Amino acid sequence: MKPQVRGPRTRPVVVLAPLSAVLLSDRMDGVSDSTPVPAQEAAPPGRLLITGYAAEQVLWLVPLLLGLVLFVVGGVLVVVWVGILLVAAAIPLIRLVTNRQRHIAGRLLGADLPPPYKPIPRGGPLVQLRSVLTDPMTWRDLVWILWAITFGWAISLIVIVLLLAVVTVFFWWFGSYPLLRMRSQVDRVLLTYGSTETLERRVAALTRSRAEAVDHSAAELRRLERDLHDGTQARLVAVSMSLGMAEEQFASDPEAARRTVSEARAATSAAISDLRSVVRGIHPPVLADRGLEGAIRALALDMAVPVEVIGELPGRPPTPVESAVYFAVAECLANSAKHAGHQHAWVELRHEQHLLRVVVGDDGRGGADLARADSVGGTGMRGVMRRLAAFDGTMAVSSPDGGPTIVTLEVPCQLSPVSSLPRTTPSSAPA
Amino acid sequence: MPAVPRLVLAEDNALLRAGLTQLLEGSGFEVARAVDNAVELDDALLHVDVEGAVLDVRMPPTFTDEGLRAAIAVRARRPGFPVLVLSQYVERLYARELLASGEGAVGYLLKDRVSDVREFVDGVHRVLAGGTVLDPEVVATVMARQRDEPLDRLTAREREVLALMAEGRSNASIGGTLHVTEKAVAKHINSIFAKLDLPVDLEVNRRVQAVLAYLRL
Repeated sequence: MKPQVRGPRTRPVVVLAPLSAVLLSDRMDGVSDSTPVPAQEAAPPGRLLITGYAAEQVLWLVPLLLGLVLFVVGGVLVVVWVGILLVAAAIPLIRLVTNRQRHIAGRLLGADLPPPYKPIPRGGPLVQLRSVLTDPMTWRDLVWILWAITFGWAISLIVIVLLLAVVTVFFWWFGSYPLLRMRSQVDRVLLTYGSTETLERRVAALTRSRAEAVDHSAAELRRLERDLHDGTQARLVAVSMSLGMAEEQFASDPEAARRTVSEARAATSAAISDLRSVVRGIHPPVLADRGLEGAIRALALDMAVPVEVIGELPGRPPTPVESAVYFAVAECLANSAKHAGHQHAWVELRHEQHLLRVVVGDDGRGGADLARADSVGGTGMRGVMRRLAAFDGTMAVSSPDGGPTIVTLEVPCQLSPVSSLPRTTPSSAPA
Repeated sequence: MPAVPRLVLAEDNALLRAGLTQLLEGSGFEVARAVDNAVELDDALLHVDVEGAVLDVRMPPTFTDEGLRAAIAVRARRPGFPVLVLSQYVERLYARELLASGEGAVGYLLKDRVSDVREFVDGVHRVLAGGTVLDPEVVATVMARQRDEPLDRLTAREREVLALMAEGRSNASIGGTLHVTEKAVAKHINSIFAKLDLPVDLEVNRRVQAVLAYLRL
């Protein structure tokens, strides 16, 4: 069975990166993961169209009232379970309307107002409800409803009445646009995070990811220190001791001295081998030689089951990104080798629109759960996520029971051109 | 007739270069030229009177895989030119690239194997004779794979024999390691050749082909 990994994602996906998707969609660093407003939409809509919008806003009164009532009644009845159902029904309805309003306000103000909600995590309905209720935007939506069913509603109604009551067409001609723009400004303030708020959230997220990155690198240094201390250093001490002994033995028992020297040589080999694995843990040499793509191909070759590497990168990402992504892929492949029981795995590499995207998949039994994996298997994946977060990277896992497991890593970055030397992949190697 | 094989040596670390020169010259080779960077290496490999090369993978100017590229390039010009590549670490990917041309006479060893002088000199001789000498660490990663067509047709013992062949060991040495007679080893090898559908050809070439199949080339 050929795994389909290129198509759009249809499976529910949970974003597990510490940074919420909201931050990426802020596009503070030129990264765009929502479609930018096309040029033709930048022209202001005509009077008839905006009056149409106004009519729509007037009609939304009914669903808004319904949503508000459901939410409030549900909130009161939440102690009996039925209240939860009412709230759960109200939220999609409210979000449907508010997202439509964001679109309309965006058209009128010539701005792009994407839905600012936190992504809903995978899990039971209570987990999801909790996430929705802790999203500040849910509560701002409610405040907006109070505006939209009173003054906001009145403004939209006035615009329609001005047109329909033929004699006031003059006022409609000149008044409809300023009126609705005014309404849209209020809509925007209530329905989106302002630039100060966005910056505050960005600073909070950066502070967190920086602290995590510092923690992570401190932990890495401790691990290195331990590896060098317990491995290489201890072995070199042993070598030095053996050589000292041999020095003593040469006069009295040359044969024993020879044996001791050969033991010392064996210990040296072991020390070199230790050192090699430490170096691999810091920065695999093949990554320096061949870049991310070559290193992942080398990694794929070393796995116990066949791993297919799809796609090519037209250049090399910045070194720290390369390294973070390499270790992320290594961790994913190691995890699936440990747990998935798969026949086949694949790694797909792509870079488009300033976004490096690496998909690691396997056709194993699925059901991978990050929370569980962490409690059982240590901090591997958590460490990977922290490292990626330092570059605004995200990691999403989709792993339904029965498989396949698909991990998507995304890191915004630029590629630098590859070095001028010709590449010597097997396919291009001279025969 | 040059009784002493003439070699090119490329190694950027002066200490190691001197050590290797001394070691090779003391073991019956002549180091025609010892160079410390990729540019001079390319120049040295143009001389027709050298019979083989011992190369470090990582060298100036970029300190990546110059030695490997030089080895592949020289073998494109002079097919079957014996090359022994030394490295601080081994990658199966690189072994594959070195062997991709399908001729033998390739060695790929960790640098610290040099400390076992007899084994190392033996390896150089075998590469010069057209054999393949792969580092046990490369062989180990291949062994770790679970499924491998067409190798799952082989018995466990035959796989062991093939792994040792990949390391460049002689029949006698394989027999010694596995505690069987040389005759039994030859029997296993014939069975391996048959199972991998290798055409009857020169003995050396079949051994190379078997190793290539082993690395899934």
